[in-house]
Amino acid sequence: MSAAPDHDENHPHDLAHHFDTHRQQFDAGKLGMWIFLVTEILLFSGLFCAYVIYRANHPEIFIYAHQFLDKNLGALNTAVLIFSSLTMAWAVRAAQLEQKRALVRLLSITLACGFVFLGVKAVEYHHKWHDGLLWASQYNPKHHDSAEHNEAGHGAESDGEGLHGEEPKNVGLFFSIYFMMTGLHAVHVIAGMGAIAWVLNRARKGHFNRRYFGPVDFVGLYWHLVDLIWIYLFPLLYLIH
Amino acid sequence: MTTEAATASSHDDHEIAHVMPLPVLFGVFATLMVLTFLTVAATWVNLGWFNLPIAMAIATVKATLVALYFMHLRYDAPFNGLAFLTALVFVALFILVTLLDTIAYKPSVDAYRDANSVSAPQ
Amino acid sequence: MATTVDGKTADFPTDRGPLNYLNCDRGILSWAFTLDHKRIGLMYLISIMASLGLGGLFAMLIRVELAHSGQQIVDENTYNQLFTLHGAIMVFLFILPGIPAALGNFVLPIMLGAKDVAFPRLNLASYHLWVIGALFFLLALVTGGLDTGWTLYVPYAFQTDTRVLTAGVGAFILGFSSIFTGINFVATIHTLRPPGMTWFKMPLFLWALYATAIIQVLATPVLGITLLLLAAELVLGIGIFDPTKGGDPILFQHFFWFYSHPAVYIMILPAMGIMSEVIPTFSRKHIFGYRFIAYSSVAIALLGFLVWGHHMFVSSQSSLASTIFSLLTFSVSIPSAIKVFNWLATMYKGSIALDTPMLYALSFILLFGIGGLTGLFLATLSTDVQLHDTYFVVAHFHYTMVGGTLIAFMAGLHYWWPKITGRMYNEFWGRLCSIGVFAGFNLTFFPQFVMGSRGMPRRYHDFPEKFEIFHFLSSIGAFLMGLAMLGVLIYLLYSLFKGRRAPANPWGSATLEWQCSSPPPKENFAETPSVSDPYDYDHIKYDPEKNCYYRVN
Repeated sequence: MSAAPDHDENHPHDLAHHFDTHRQQFDAGKLGMWIFLVTEILLFSGLFCAYVIYRANHPEIFIYAHQFLDKNLGALNTAVLIFSSLTMAWAVRAAQLEQKRALVRLLSITLACGFVFLGVKAVEYHHKWHDGLLWASQYNPKHHDSAEHNEAGHGAESDGEGLHGEEPKNVGLFFSIYFMMTGLHAVHVIAGMGAIAWVLNRARKGHFNRRYFGPVDFVGLYWHLVDLIWIYLFPLLYLIH
Repeated sequence: MTTEAATASSHDDHEIAHVMPLPVLFGVFATLMVLTFLTVAATWVNLGWFNLPIAMAIATVKATLVALYFMHLRYDAPFNGLAFLTALVFVALFILVTLLDTIAYKPSVDAYRDANSVSAPQ
Repeated sequence: MATTVDGKTADFPTDRGPLNYLNCDRGILSWAFTLDHKRIGLMYLISIMASLGLGGLFAMLIRVELAHSGQQIVDENTYNQLFTLHGAIMVFLFILPGIPAALGNFVLPIMLGAKDVAFPRLNLASYHLWVIGALFFLLALVTGGLDTGWTLYVPYAFQTDTRVLTAGVGAFILGFSSIFTGINFVATIHTLRPPGMTWFKMPLFLWALYATAIIQVLATPVLGITLLLLAAELVLGIGIFDPTKGGDPILFQHFFWFYSHPAVYIMILPAMGIMSEVIPTFSRKHIFGYRFIAYSSVAIALLGFLVWGHHMFVSSQSSLASTIFSLLTFSVSIPSAIKVFNWLATMYKGSIALDTPMLYALSFILLFGIGGLTGLFLATLSTDVQLHDTYFVVAHFHYTMVGGTLIAFMAGLHYWWPKITGRMYNEFWGRLCSIGVFAGFNLTFFPQFVMGSRGMPRRYHDFPEKFEIFHFLSSIGAFLMGLAMLGVLIYLLYSLFKGRRAPANPWGSATLEWQCSSPPPKENFAETPSVSDPYDYDHIKYDPEKNCYYRVN
């Protein structure tokens, strides 16, 4: 309890002056982080809303355009993010148990996964750029030779043809939504990697212990949310049927 | 680590937060990978409109697993979970009401577009 | 009365300590990078009052232009910029952060008996972001202005060559500032309540701030993504809102109002919270219907999310959605009315002291009543089609935003001024100016109801003869109100230098912030104070010699 106000000798250096106990500090931080995650979910909600509106009103655009996305790369990135979530959750455990070496390693692996994810994303963006598959005002596809595309491995659907059907109007809108969603997600991945790098540095300096590991946990929550959003983006964008 | 002063004071003896056992973490990871495979595999079968609900259901199971175990919600203060669910409710509200409206006015937009033959861009 | 002397010194220190939060550290950096919620609150207070001054200046220019038909001082395009900047600055820079970030920041932790908010650094970041966002607004102002109206509606926002992008970036940053305040308040109220202060022993201002924070957290991110999509449209041309690229401009309105309607409750809820503190204090009577007021704050916060479509009745929103939104809009009036009835019941048979904060509170009840009831006209589909985009709407939302929020802000400012600065302002001038504000406000906006219902559209640079008298009265009222506000500024500044030193508890309030000295010491309380009923005035007595209140147990 608050019997002794914080005159420094009694107040541990890793407990902020306005908290009485480590537990109170941790609970406040965790609640704050969850509420921040709520704001992140609502930030993305606008893009999901745009997606749903256009998909419901113009399904033909989505069915046509998703063939240009590479399912395999999408699945690879999903796996990478899920694996990084595992190492992140494990890192939180290591921080709680004061396993400093494991903590540093696990955070490093998580960070590396972030780089892999971004690398794959960059490859995908490069293809889109090259093929002129860009957002509405820049949409200028160079795929009229559909055989070429088949060979590139895109859109091998169950009925075995190349690109199905006529190109509908306003296909560029799909790529607008695709770039906004994956782009905003990538920004979050980068922000998460920055945060992981920060706790990694602090972990190396031995700042964390069984009563003070909040930053690892909170960064972890953020990273899991980024994973969680990708779990929806993957089927919504890549696996349209 | 912290051999400095004052660590031993009797703040609270039990753990500040639940420590996730490793078998649970690995189990969740394996399940997530299997589900990822399943969601890709589901697109190999043409089920018409039913493909979308299946994909969303699988994604939701995956998201639930991540939230409950990786994000510790199962062992956490209930309010945090409540905040998370509240966010989802408001997302649903936002999307569904907007969807309701756009679907309702779409015919008049299409009619106008056809009548004025507004062409597609480019 | 024998026990009083002990009780007095223990609970309400009458002497100021040599050091308080204002003078404990010196130098500009000790302010710019302070983590003390009181200093951050005070910096916010100064900043938002500067914004109020700027927004008010634009309002005066608008009223000069509209004092007579024909062109007075500015041409049409400049006029469009004036009302846009008036609206944008008042909404984003003054009203939204006004009560929560300035007064709330100062008062919230002290009301909880806490040393600070849960995340002091986040709090500072919120203020810094506010400053950066405000700079973007100023940049937009000096580099070409903005003429879209504060709503930034598409597709006009893509076509104007004024600074939509700059202002949009500014609003985006201000949104983050608001979110950070919201996160901080929720976490603080959850985790830093002192032992014994259960949810239903909190002062109602905290309930109001809590409900406000819920909206800030749930709604503001949607504004963020809306502005992000708008910026992407301007920079890249993504077409989601642009009909020429197959996009949907009505979707923008849905996005915008999903935030901006709840945002009007970000503006009014903290104002209602101030009412719930001021009215019982100056009625010297326990608040009536505590739980109803508390629950109604949360109800308003949640219901506020269900009504955004009532801004879109004459867009091409479907009649199905309009009907639903109209119905739901009426429901919001219920919790608002519950609050008003409870305040009236609190005053009933109370011992009412007509000090300056109470005069503002009484103004609030009347003006907010008018603002709220005229809202019902606009919620009704058939009358809204007639009244939409007329001065009736302008008058309606000014009665709620100015008559509600600004008046409540003034009440709170005067109520907590002694606590914040340690000085008493001149009561005579305070009362006089509050009456001036009330009279000026009504003279400005009541004629607008009349001309609006007779068809005067909003945002017009010129008007036909038949509206001459209404516009003229409105301009006279605006100058009267501006003069009164100037008077407030003068006597408040004067009080800083010549005002009587404030005792710890000048009004006889029972909430915790009056238990520390005025101004409070750096860490608010040396010991966590004991918690009692925040509206129990039976144990608070007046000491005529020292002209202050003290607690008897």
